[in-house]
Amino acid sequence: MAKANASRTAISNDERLGNLRLRRKSAWAKLPIVKQLRVAVGWQKGMLVTGLVLCAFFLIVALFAPAIAPYGHAQIKDASGSFPAQAAPSAKHIWGTTAGGFDVFSRVVWGTRTAIIAIIVAVLLSIFAGVLLGLVSGYFGGWVDRVLVMIADAIYSFPSLLLAILMAIMISHGQSGLWSGILASGISITVVYIPQYFRTIRAEVIRIKESAYIESARVVGASTWRIMTKHLFKNSTRTLPVILTLNSSEAILTLAGLGFLGFGIEPTAAAEWGYDLNRSVSDVTAGIWWTAVFPGLAIVLVVLGITLVGESLNDLADPRLRARKSAGEVVGSIEDTSVDEKEGTSARNEVIAELDAAGNPIAAKPVATVTDYDEAFRASEWTGEGDTGNRGEE
Amino acid sequence: MTQQAQHTQHNAQQGDLANIKDLSVSFMTDAGSIKAVEDVNFTIPRKTVVGVVGESGSGKSVTARSIIKLLPETATTSGAIYLSNREDTGTLDVLSLSGEQLRTMRGSQAAMVFQEPNSVLNPVYTIGWQIEEGLRAHGMKDKKELRAKAIDILKKVGIPDAETRVDYYPHQFSGGQKQRIVIAMALVLNPGLILADEPTTALDVTVQAEILDLLRLARDEFGASVLIITHNMGVVADIADEVVVMYRGHVVEQGPVEQIFYKPQHEYTQRLLAAVPRIGQHLVVRDRKGDPIERKTDWHDEPLAVKARNLSITYPGHLMQPDFKAVDGIDFEIHRSEVLGLVGESGSGKSTTGRAIAGLQKVTGGSLNVLGVEMNGVKERDFKAKRADIGFVFQDPGSSFDPLMTIAENVAEPLLVHHKFGSVAEAKNYVGDLLEMVQLPRVYMDRYPHELSGGQRQRASLARGLALKPSLLIADEPTSALDVSVQAKVLELFKKLQAEIGFACLFITHDLAVVDMLADRIMVMHKGKIVEHDDADDIIERPQNPYTQKLLASLPLPDPVKQREHRARLRELLAAQQ
Amino acid sequence: MSATAAPATADQAGKPKEAKKNRLSGGFFRFVLTRFLLIIPTVFILVTVVFFVMRATGDPISAALGGRLTPQELQARIHAAGYDKPLIVQYFEYLGNLLHGDLGTTMTDNQPVVSILARYGSATFELAFLALIVALVVGIGLGRVAARRRDHAADAGIRTFAILCYATPVFFLGLILKLIFAIWLNVLPASGRSSLATEMQFSRLVSPTGFYIIDALQLGDMNVLADVLRHAVLPALALGLLTAGVFIRLVRTNVISTFNSGYVEAARSRGVSERRLLGKHAWRPALIPIITVMGMQIAMMLAGAVLTETTFEWKGLGFMLSQYLKARDFVAVQGIVILIAIIVAVVNFIVDVIAALIDPRVRY
Repeated sequence: MAKANASRTAISNDERLGNLRLRRKSAWAKLPIVKQLRVAVGWQKGMLVTGLVLCAFFLIVALFAPAIAPYGHAQIKDASGSFPAQAAPSAKHIWGTTAGGFDVFSRVVWGTRTAIIAIIVAVLLSIFAGVLLGLVSGYFGGWVDRVLVMIADAIYSFPSLLLAILMAIMISHGQSGLWSGILASGISITVVYIPQYFRTIRAEVIRIKESAYIESARVVGASTWRIMTKHLFKNSTRTLPVILTLNSSEAILTLAGLGFLGFGIEPTAAAEWGYDLNRSVSDVTAGIWWTAVFPGLAIVLVVLGITLVGESLNDLADPRLRARKSAGEVVGSIEDTSVDEKEGTSARNEVIAELDAAGNPIAAKPVATVTDYDEAFRASEWTGEGDTGNRGEE
Repeated sequence: MTQQAQHTQHNAQQGDLANIKDLSVSFMTDAGSIKAVEDVNFTIPRKTVVGVVGESGSGKSVTARSIIKLLPETATTSGAIYLSNREDTGTLDVLSLSGEQLRTMRGSQAAMVFQEPNSVLNPVYTIGWQIEEGLRAHGMKDKKELRAKAIDILKKVGIPDAETRVDYYPHQFSGGQKQRIVIAMALVLNPGLILADEPTTALDVTVQAEILDLLRLARDEFGASVLIITHNMGVVADIADEVVVMYRGHVVEQGPVEQIFYKPQHEYTQRLLAAVPRIGQHLVVRDRKGDPIERKTDWHDEPLAVKARNLSITYPGHLMQPDFKAVDGIDFEIHRSEVLGLVGESGSGKSTTGRAIAGLQKVTGGSLNVLGVEMNGVKERDFKAKRADIGFVFQDPGSSFDPLMTIAENVAEPLLVHHKFGSVAEAKNYVGDLLEMVQLPRVYMDRYPHELSGGQRQRASLARGLALKPSLLIADEPTSALDVSVQAKVLELFKKLQAEIGFACLFITHDLAVVDMLADRIMVMHKGKIVEHDDADDIIERPQNPYTQKLLASLPLPDPVKQREHRARLRELLAAQQ
Repeated sequence: MSATAAPATADQAGKPKEAKKNRLSGGFFRFVLTRFLLIIPTVFILVTVVFFVMRATGDPISAALGGRLTPQELQARIHAAGYDKPLIVQYFEYLGNLLHGDLGTTMTDNQPVVSILARYGSATFELAFLALIVALVVGIGLGRVAARRRDHAADAGIRTFAILCYATPVFFLGLILKLIFAIWLNVLPASGRSSLATEMQFSRLVSPTGFYIIDALQLGDMNVLADVLRHAVLPALALGLLTAGVFIRLVRTNVISTFNSGYVEAARSRGVSERRLLGKHAWRPALIPIITVMGMQIAMMLAGAVLTETTFEWKGLGFMLSQYLKARDFVAVQGIVILIAIIVAVVNFIVDVIAALIDPRVRY
């Protein structure tokens, strides 16, 4: 059936059917990633799991870098003397050494730390600024909004690496130490990504602003502050995890690009993969591969891990992109269409509860000409009705 | 059962166009497998219009789509659908088809007309190309012939100036014309069966009448059978020869239209018919003893809650576009404890009027006095106190609650905003009372909006609207997204609360039958102006304005015999108006 | 009927449109004009941002020569160049010069920034053009296959490839390609735009275009053309694959989205074949967002070109930018960045117009 029928379209009530099961989820199952893991099927699940494993791996490496790395990030000699330059992988230096005499393995391990810290700084700063601006600009509109949008669009269309270079020049005039360097890179990346968060949040706010529940809050006279904090903030930031992950991977690439152009962090201050790759350009021409391959692979794997998570979240959030499978045979009962078994009993209880409620004076039992009270009929309303309630949608 | 099935199959070979036998369809969803229809059996005779009625979730769309096997990959089917061709020279089981066989069957033997013409037409191709595309798929190659056919069919479905307009893009047509084009696309392939899935639901009532005429044309001139899916009993009465009633995935009744309407056998059909709003039938609510609940005062003597004089509302145009006048100099008033019905089609300005009264829309001209406050040029600061006195019920039950807040938090919002309670926890008891007032169980307080059905959410919406005991309630199409039986219950509740509490009400709707059940006076809006404004009974029984007359005559009556006369009257009226 | 529907559309739906002739409408020209005018504020904003960011922490002379000259000499040169005037005055002077096409003069080699564009621009455009071809062929080809074979093995494979393309920094991919094809297999040159012999050949040309492929064709020498192409393969592949990763994802998502739309479903219900649904009915509407986003990616490609050119010593704008960065010549950096900003704004404008030409809703 699945193969034979090429139509992939979800019929319009698909979502409704999907929403029908009203089972109360535990708090655990509501956590972003856990929820997605449950929904994912097939190789889409494989993608998500692979991504999560990669991310977890690098987080662990970053956390335990001092324990994992045999040498310091700027160490060029130990008790037995100076490290050889450009030495091929050996027992002492499992991934070889660089032209400057650094141990490649140690540099890659320490570099994980730099990368993770830079991501955190960049993402936190840009989310804060972008979300705030997006909320205000989207809700109030007017000329401030128009000017902000124009600036954001101009910056957004501009190659992010070039902008990061400019910011790096401004903040640190080139090179600097660990924290100032990371902060400089972080802020450079931040400025580049603020427009992205701004655009996303603003678009969401503008969409939500028109929805009936915001209008309803306005009708009852809720203050702007209440509307923004109670309704808009929570509802407009629901898509944030997806952009967040996708931007983290871009942040790493930008950091590496800056390092590659010599605008990252001094090698003595911290290990940074982009800088190491910059140094290895001449090595490659001489056939020395280990100085380039290991830091390069580290970048690829971190970005791969984060991107896999981000793309999976993105796909799972969009029902059109989500993979589903055919049941293979006609199963499931009609009752399932309405409510799941657990709810079934409670729904019936509530029908009775409603009948009881009808006993009080203000909700006196009306005998109307249009309909009359009839338990079965009401049960059908409780249970037979769809979730979206869209008229005519089937 | 088996014997009966064989019998009907025999019939199909004798002449019935289609025979659906023991059809079951289930879908795979996140929550597991769900069965949409189960053991559905019915037949479609030749040159007949078969109406399939049922409420949302009854499986009627799935059934229709199964006839051309147009189901998502997640669907699994069992049973059989025997479809014979126009000439009655062969029968095939659609569900067993696949690949090329299925493709050639689709369109040539059964073609589909969808609900929403906007999404069904490809925006980047001309309508001519899209009509020809179906013909090309079934082997026609000659360019001139293709074009001639496209122009010809456009003329037949009533697109004026078809020779030029064949090269137009979909966005250059109005909604009704788009639906005509969609029907043309089905008719041009000359199929034996046309499957029309809620073909008029997205359209205004005056356009609906034209589209139904066109489907009759498909039967009478093209000799096709039409399977029309609808939730609207008036449409069924208007067009169907045979009716199939579906309920929760099963066919509960099938028979000729007169039998279904006048001698319904199944209890569900009887309930469905009882719930349909009818013109001229006033809604009377009674208390437990059976006494009618009446308003305590006569609204004629009450002071005014709203008074509009020469009210205009203009939307500024974007970049070099002209302004749009949504409301164009209207006068009206609403007395306290009166229900004023505001009727109009899409774009008439009726919702804009309602929003202006609630302070959601800026008044750009004239005067609008709401509870003593002049809304033209009003400052939010001056109006805020009055907001406690105004309730609003929105059309879409899907989006009128913040999805991340519980029902209690949502319903309590007006109470917190106006400092009646300090927190949701303090308000809980009162919120529970409110829910009971709208006949919802107290326990629903802790649920999230998506856990309630559309009808339940609309009641909760009513509870929120009435939370502050307002003296004015604006209801913007509060029941148009609901199934008829649910609509009936919400309307009844509404009527009862209005009688008991006695708030003034502006009831906005496109449905004359609904407004007739509730309103004391009716105001008909058309293109931003009020065309008629009178007591409800006068408007319904003796409409003066030609537009009101057309609106009333276009509304199909849920009674096949009366509707036949009614349709004839519409024809006369249209002929006279031209 | 709907309360919140935009009033303008609701009105249009109500009344039939008057007959119009089928040609580009006033609306389209209005769109082109507004879109064209939008270039001005965009460039203006970027120039302003770039100027103040570059000058926020000091003047370019101290940055480049600080420490090498005595404070007196430094001060004299700063005064001569006008960097001691108030920043806002300098800003307006800079804007004025910009209007005359003057982007400043580099400090290290004392040449007008505009001449850098003339000398090295062609190399960057050639690289970007070749990379774009790679990106389009790979991106559209594989993206469509992935959309069609959705959720099957081919789709999974292509998506993994796309993510890998995207996850690999262009300079690392460049180094790996170099290592494999130039060093280990030794089948392609490791860097540069051409060999020395070819450069000699080009010097004979009366009017060299700077686009080596065109110049090689002008010479009519197949060996020269082969040499130029051999040099271009690796850089174009590195930059092209980076962009292809994004294109694959873009094409796949948009085609799946239109493939799930009501009009494709409707066409399917009339018996149109799956192949044609994908190739025509779903493809053309998907093209509009695809082209718009591709335009933005072309801008990103210029950033990629900086890294690619540095990796392959491909002497274009990007290579020069990294050279000037190393030399701390911030006047040159500022000039080149603004140049790129203008190019980006113009490219985005052209792409938006192309997208509008495909979309009849704008065209008529």
